[in-house]
Amino acid sequence: MDFANLLHNYPGAVAMVLFGIGFSNLLLQKNLIKKIIGLNIMDTAVYLFLALKGYIDGRKAPVVVDGVQSVEAYINPIPSGLVLTGIVVSVSVTALMLSLTIRLYHRYHTLDLDEISAQLKKEDK
Amino acid sequence: MAFVQNLPFISIILSLFSGPLSSILSGKWAKRLNLAVITLIGAFSVLVLTFVLQTGEPFVYFMGHFPAPWGNEIRVGVLEAFMAVFFCVIMLLSMIGGSREREIEIEESKQNLYYIMVDLLLCSLLALIYTNDLFTAYVFVEINTISACGLIMIKQNGRTIEAATRYMIMSLLGSGMLLLGICFLYDLTGHLLMSNIKEQVQILAVTGQYHTPLFIALGLMAIGLAIKSALFPFHAWLPDAYGYSTVSSAAILSSLVSKGYIFLLVKIFYRVIGFNVVCDSKVINVLFVFGIIGMLMGSISAIKEKDIRRMIAFSSVAQIGYIYMGFGLGTEAAVVASVYHILSHAATKSLLFVAASGLTDASDGSGKFYDLTGAGYRNKIAGIAFTVGSLSMVGIPMFSGFISKLLFSQAAMGHDMKMLPTLIALAISTVLNAVYFMKTVITIYMPATGKVNMREGRVIPIKEQPVKAIALIFFIVLNILLGLSSEPVVNLIRIGLEMFD
Repeated sequence: MDFANLLHNYPGAVAMVLFGIGFSNLLLQKNLIKKIIGLNIMDTAVYLFLALKGYIDGRKAPVVVDGVQSVEAYINPIPSGLVLTGIVVSVSVTALMLSLTIRLYHRYHTLDLDEISAQLKKEDK
Repeated sequence: MAFVQNLPFISIILSLFSGPLSSILSGKWAKRLNLAVITLIGAFSVLVLTFVLQTGEPFVYFMGHFPAPWGNEIRVGVLEAFMAVFFCVIMLLSMIGGSREREIEIEESKQNLYYIMVDLLLCSLLALIYTNDLFTAYVFVEINTISACGLIMIKQNGRTIEAATRYMIMSLLGSGMLLLGICFLYDLTGHLLMSNIKEQVQILAVTGQYHTPLFIALGLMAIGLAIKSALFPFHAWLPDAYGYSTVSSAAILSSLVSKGYIFLLVKIFYRVIGFNVVCDSKVINVLFVFGIIGMLMGSISAIKEKDIRRMIAFSSVAQIGYIYMGFGLGTEAAVVASVYHILSHAATKSLLFVAASGLTDASDGSGKFYDLTGAGYRNKIAGIAFTVGSLSMVGIPMFSGFISKLLFSQAAMGHDMKMLPTLIALAISTVLNAVYFMKTVITIYMPATGKVNMREGRVIPIKEQPVKAIALIFFIVLNILLGLSSEPVVNLIRIGLEMFD
């Protein structure tokens, strides 16, 4: 393994570690709100990764100001566009998850998914 | 450019806009609009299919006339058009077959919301089938997930909301991995259009550069889509979601939503990575192993079930296992078998869900096997349909399930490492399928006399539910058609897969 490369690309490594944290929180947490926080960390990690890949050292955000139109002046705009699209998607699924959580909380007065399953089993009997 | 070439895009837009339109309509009119839209899109897709078959080559539709590396594209070949036709047929039959249940189970004021979800689902499925752009595919995967979640939770009780939550959690894990995989590929190749990515990936594969990141990207996308389509260890949400939602939702979820993701995976294999590169990777071995375990574990869980709807749901886990096992074999013939199984399973599983709802109707709404005794006599058409579906799932000749098993075993032949496990798994799985499906068929045809504590069922003549009877008859015909004339369908799939390159 070439650790020099890893150190050089440390922002990418940070993005992956964040992705892992978010992923495992979404998968393993019992509390629904913590799960949603995990989801947001996971999505944000992907956006960080994307933004990182579109960034070119010493260039500016792709918004034409002062009439500078040279391609050399700006960073790659596509990843930024993807991040914006991704944020829209992430906001809508977060909203949906939160509304589901509110519904469940009103019914079962707990945020613990396992507890809710246990109560459901009781209802059946 | 021929007018027909505009139709795929028109279909997507039509279903997309009929969703918001439904929100200002009453439930009744939203339903009519929905059925009209599905029928119209089905007809459009037939036209597109005949057009592509005539010209014999795929066509690309530029969105906004921006050329290749910049613009967004729709690409239509034989397989895409055929899938669109097939999905429309199944969706139409599922909607017709479950219309009575929807009116009973969904609140009056929320009826039209259901049709918004179905319209959006159709839109996202069509977009997944036709799109040539990976990021567009990701966005529509999310729209698909959200509308599928709506389909589960529209019937408001604790069970469905919990099932919807679990479904969302697993789906979001899957889409997170898919998105990360797409970002990796974009990073490696610098493109988002499938055809451009493939060119670059082929170069990378030849030179051997970036070998590891490429396979990580492939693995992330494959596992992400596998989670979303409920491959074995990720299936925990499935029985509740299919078992407690309203019957059209269950039929649509099991036969269309999961198949949409699988079709996207086929496209990624062929159009994005290139099948030769996929076969060289270890990813297909992972899919193979989990597919085989899923085939067995899904059936074992189904045997233990006491409720007919949940049993059918677990059987879906086993059938999804078949499809992934086909990908795992990594040959052209096996993928043909998998795609055929997508069709066969979609036709059979929606038939089974609709038929099961007919049987539970005749047993005072209970789905427990004990109460179902003799239900086949009380609701004749549902009994016959359920028997046809069961025979097809078990793999009796004449029905579609037999053909897919035949294709799978033919594909496994001559495979040195994977031949034996495949054949053994197929054999065991067939026996297990027979155990629980034949048990159910025998139960519903057992005379109900002399049973104590059984719920009071009632006879449902065909005249009482003519619409469901018609849907069931069409389902039976579709199943037998797929079973008896499999030759042209398999040929179509083969031509379609060749067109992918």
